[in-house]
Amino acid sequence: MPAVRGDGMRGLAVFISDIRNCKSKEAEIKRINKELANIRSKFKGDKTLDGYQKKKYVCKLLFIFLLGHDIDFGHMEAVNLLSSNKYSEKQIGYLFISVLVNTRSDLINLINQSIKNDLQSRNPIHVNLALQCIANIGSKEMAEVFGHDIPKLLVSGDTMDVVKQSAALCLLRLFRTSQEIIPGGEWTSRIIHLLNDQHMGVVTAATSLIDALVKKNPDEYKGCISLAVSRLSRIVTASYTDLQDYTYYFVPAPWLSVKLLRLLQNYPPPDDPGVRGRLIECLETILNKAQEPPKSKKVQHSNAKNAVLFEAISLIIHMDTEPNLLVRACNQLGQFLSNRETNLRYLALESMCLLATSEFSHDAVKKHQEVVILSMKMEKDVSVRQQAVDLLYAMCDKTNAEEIVQEMLNYLETADYSIREEMVLKVAILAEKYATDYTWYVDVILNLIRIAGDYVSEEVWYRVIQIVINRDDVQGYAAKTVFEALQAPACHENMVKVGGYILGEFGNLIAGDQRSSPSVQFQLLHSKYHLCSPMTRALLLSTYIKFVNLFPEIKTQIQEVFKQHSNLRSADAELQQRASEYLQLSIIASHDMLATVLEEMPVFPERESSILAVLKKKKPGRVPENEIREHKSPVPGSTANHQEERSAAKTVSANASTDLLGLSTPPAAPTAGNTGVLVDMLGELYTSGSPQPHANNVAAQNAYNPAKFVCKNNGVLFENDLIQIGVKSEFRQNLGRITLFYGNKTSTALQNFSAAVTNPTGCIGKLNVQSKKVDPTVEAGAQVQQMVNGECVFDYPDAPSLTVTFTCNGTPQKLSLRLPLTVNKFFEPTEMTGEVFFARWKNLSGNEQRSQKIFKATQPMDNTAIRTKLIGFGMQLLDGIDPNPENFVCAGIVHTSKQQIGCLLRLEPNKQAQASNGFYDSPTTMDMFRLTVRSSKESVAVTVCDLLVDQF
Amino acid sequence: MMQFMLLFSRQGKLRLQKWYQAYPDKTKKKITRELIATILARKPKMCSFLEWKDLKVVYKRYASLYFCCAIEQDDNELLTLEVIHRYVELLDKYFGSVCELDIIFNFEKAYFMCDELLLGGEIQETSKKNVLKAIAAQDLLQEDETPQGLFEDHGLG
Repeated sequence: MPAVRGDGMRGLAVFISDIRNCKSKEAEIKRINKELANIRSKFKGDKTLDGYQKKKYVCKLLFIFLLGHDIDFGHMEAVNLLSSNKYSEKQIGYLFISVLVNTRSDLINLINQSIKNDLQSRNPIHVNLALQCIANIGSKEMAEVFGHDIPKLLVSGDTMDVVKQSAALCLLRLFRTSQEIIPGGEWTSRIIHLLNDQHMGVVTAATSLIDALVKKNPDEYKGCISLAVSRLSRIVTASYTDLQDYTYYFVPAPWLSVKLLRLLQNYPPPDDPGVRGRLIECLETILNKAQEPPKSKKVQHSNAKNAVLFEAISLIIHMDTEPNLLVRACNQLGQFLSNRETNLRYLALESMCLLATSEFSHDAVKKHQEVVILSMKMEKDVSVRQQAVDLLYAMCDKTNAEEIVQEMLNYLETADYSIREEMVLKVAILAEKYATDYTWYVDVILNLIRIAGDYVSEEVWYRVIQIVINRDDVQGYAAKTVFEALQAPACHENMVKVGGYILGEFGNLIAGDQRSSPSVQFQLLHSKYHLCSPMTRALLLSTYIKFVNLFPEIKTQIQEVFKQHSNLRSADAELQQRASEYLQLSIIASHDMLATVLEEMPVFPERESSILAVLKKKKPGRVPENEIREHKSPVPGSTANHQEERSAAKTVSANASTDLLGLSTPPAAPTAGNTGVLVDMLGELYTSGSPQPHANNVAAQNAYNPAKFVCKNNGVLFENDLIQIGVKSEFRQNLGRITLFYGNKTSTALQNFSAAVTNPTGCIGKLNVQSKKVDPTVEAGAQVQQMVNGECVFDYPDAPSLTVTFTCNGTPQKLSLRLPLTVNKFFEPTEMTGEVFFARWKNLSGNEQRSQKIFKATQPMDNTAIRTKLIGFGMQLLDGIDPNPENFVCAGIVHTSKQQIGCLLRLEPNKQAQASNGFYDSPTTMDMFRLTVRSSKESVAVTVCDLLVDQF
Repeated sequence: MMQFMLLFSRQGKLRLQKWYQAYPDKTKKKITRELIATILARKPKMCSFLEWKDLKVVYKRYASLYFCCAIEQDDNELLTLEVIHRYVELLDKYFGSVCELDIIFNFEKAYFMCDELLLGGEIQETSKKNVLKAIAAQDLLQEDETPQGLFEDHGLG
């Protein structure tokens, strides 16, 4: 037995030895039961049991409990011990209560009474025992009973330091149980000022308390910032001998330093320049010290020193305002990546994940890409490899996405099973997010399925299908690629699912090649059929019926499959139903009916990638980051965050560039630069780049919406305080005549008046426009006319622009407008039956003949308004032919002098669809439209589609 | 804030448990079982930290005994290793070259020491000298008590 001071309990020691000597679990249980019976009888029968014996038995019970057995008696005896005047008995009583009290709360009043007595004891050891008990139990009742006394104990001048320490943490524990126990008012400042206490132990304990209080009420406690900074400053500048016992392996007060650094992370960087400067000095000192040679070879020294360093780096990242410190932090962590301590490598990788999300250090992190890739491949410990994967994910952006995704794919072949699923999700997200070329995305996902098919969750393969359906530029490639992937003798079932779905939709795009003719595609898919689960078979049956529509020539072959015993009479209800229904459909339905029923799937609403949601769910503690945070203070030359870029890009493309609107804004004057850009992006108000800022202001209030004139021919094109420009136009075949009316609204004449029509480069040779000159003076209140003649030679994408200049009251004015002369003006409406329509629709199913856009409704969905617009657009609105009465279909012919181009249109409203600006934004519901235009000429389909987008 | 601390042997026997968060007994047993199995399966050179549920687990082996602490996301892993080390140092100083048996036979002392170092899951006193002083003061109070029970213990078991 070791030499332990105080009294040993021989009986307890004997009992423990007995238990240890038990040869089997049964023997142990037997010995325990014997002991329990003995203690029970002692507690019941022997009224003369003295304190020592009670203590000994209570201790035995505790030991039995800690072995994992349930204890349902002895609580009363333990409570009796609390009021013993022998410290050792009291202490054991408290220990028993602390460990076992939850089970017997009816004794709580007795316990509280004893605690109360001890709290009032003059012996600090007794007070501490009571405080420790409260902190260990920390129940609501205790918060109520003692919530009042403990704050007093904490700030009273008479309280000894050791008691203050316990009181601070005891109060913290009670505060976590019930937040209302902390008194406000003058107490706040008294608690904060504990940071100035002489005793380092008190400051350490108090800092934990203040940290919790600050989290609840940062404003009330913000006085702690400057105190914490000065305390920290004193520590980091102290030599290791200054703090004596609070220096730990040559590191001055590491615990307190870490707590102070953590406390400061509850606030933004200090406002006060002095405090801020001091804090930055502290952080610099800590970074400097990291570069100094170690004062000891012991791991304790480096752990303590680096604990402070990592916490300082956390604060630097939290502040996110000091580019210099962020880059230094990154370099320091970079050094750790090749440290021989696994722990340091692990933490460095973890911390760099955060640095990668700061725009200031993102690039600095990227410099370490090679080492991180090596870590992912070479680390012996899977948790470190996992961190490396996380970091690669965080540092990924569009410049390195291809390389990182490729490395992750390579590693996936040998990766630990425990991290494969998560890696698959990450690769899928990165590939989607940074795909500039969607063929690459398709390749990546198919590789994922090939390499780690078992770990590819439904979300991942659903997603690739969603994207292929939504992006017609990748459909042909996807069909070709899945077809090739399916050639492999053993391919994963997920590959069969994706392959089946994609070929069913887009198999026609590769059917021209003899090597992937309809029959070959079908044979290939069907060769996998019998190896697949019922769910996949069901999917394949749907593919087959789609083939019946796409490839009538293999209909009989497919019907044979439907008819097979194993399908038509399948034990699986779903398979049986599909087989029999599809069979009947293929026999009975007319070609048109088939074409309608088995039409290509509609696009999926764009929303947050469901994969990201899965990844978030997998890591509840840590939301994975791959988004650069926006800086917290404005810094010149910063890049806009992704979201802004995305939405800006979307705005621009939705308006199909400024050119489409026909009003190129001339380079704006520097003063007007900002508004110019804003207006440009909004695409609503176009102002001329007048050198006078105030002219811009006038223009900004103008009423001008060129998009309106896509669907109408007459009306007020532009109006401001000075001038009103009206328009009236007529079109016949490929010829048009536009009359413009310029009305002077002022009481003075407009001088030097000129209005010139310019054909944009995209229209030269395709559209001939001629305009007559107008009188250079427009009298006050007068109106002048101008005739513009247009001839459509070929279809064209833009519209000519109209530049109006004049001088009003000595101030030159310039307006750049778009002439309402878009290609749709040359439409001739065409009446046709549903049968004809859908037959032509189907004929125009090539990639080059279609254009499709999905967009949000800009106004409430009103059928009458939509109809008016479509009719005004110039095509024939065909009623009652679309199987879905909600949809609008139109037909028309564009007349050019060289040819006539047929054009079909389908507009599908989707009320309350899920939509968002990008895949990664939170989804909101809103009205959406899908617009599909098919035409014998690709450019017409594209232009018509672009013109109509955002009209509704 | 530290959520709990477990001491267990290489054979997977739990030697000490300290919970700073109230869990039902059943959950405690389950957590203990799972963590012991996870940690014992790890190789010596591996990292001392692991992600576990939404907590971080920090562990270190001293001779035949594993010390394992669960901390929250905000807590500092390296410093938690040093909390463990400080605790080991304190036990070592008190028992004089501490071994697993000391903790088995004097588990109550190990608890008292722990309560001086950590309270409510937060570090209370980092100074080795001050903790030992506090424990010595407690022992002094006991020595004042009349030795008793020594004789009665014989034969009682």
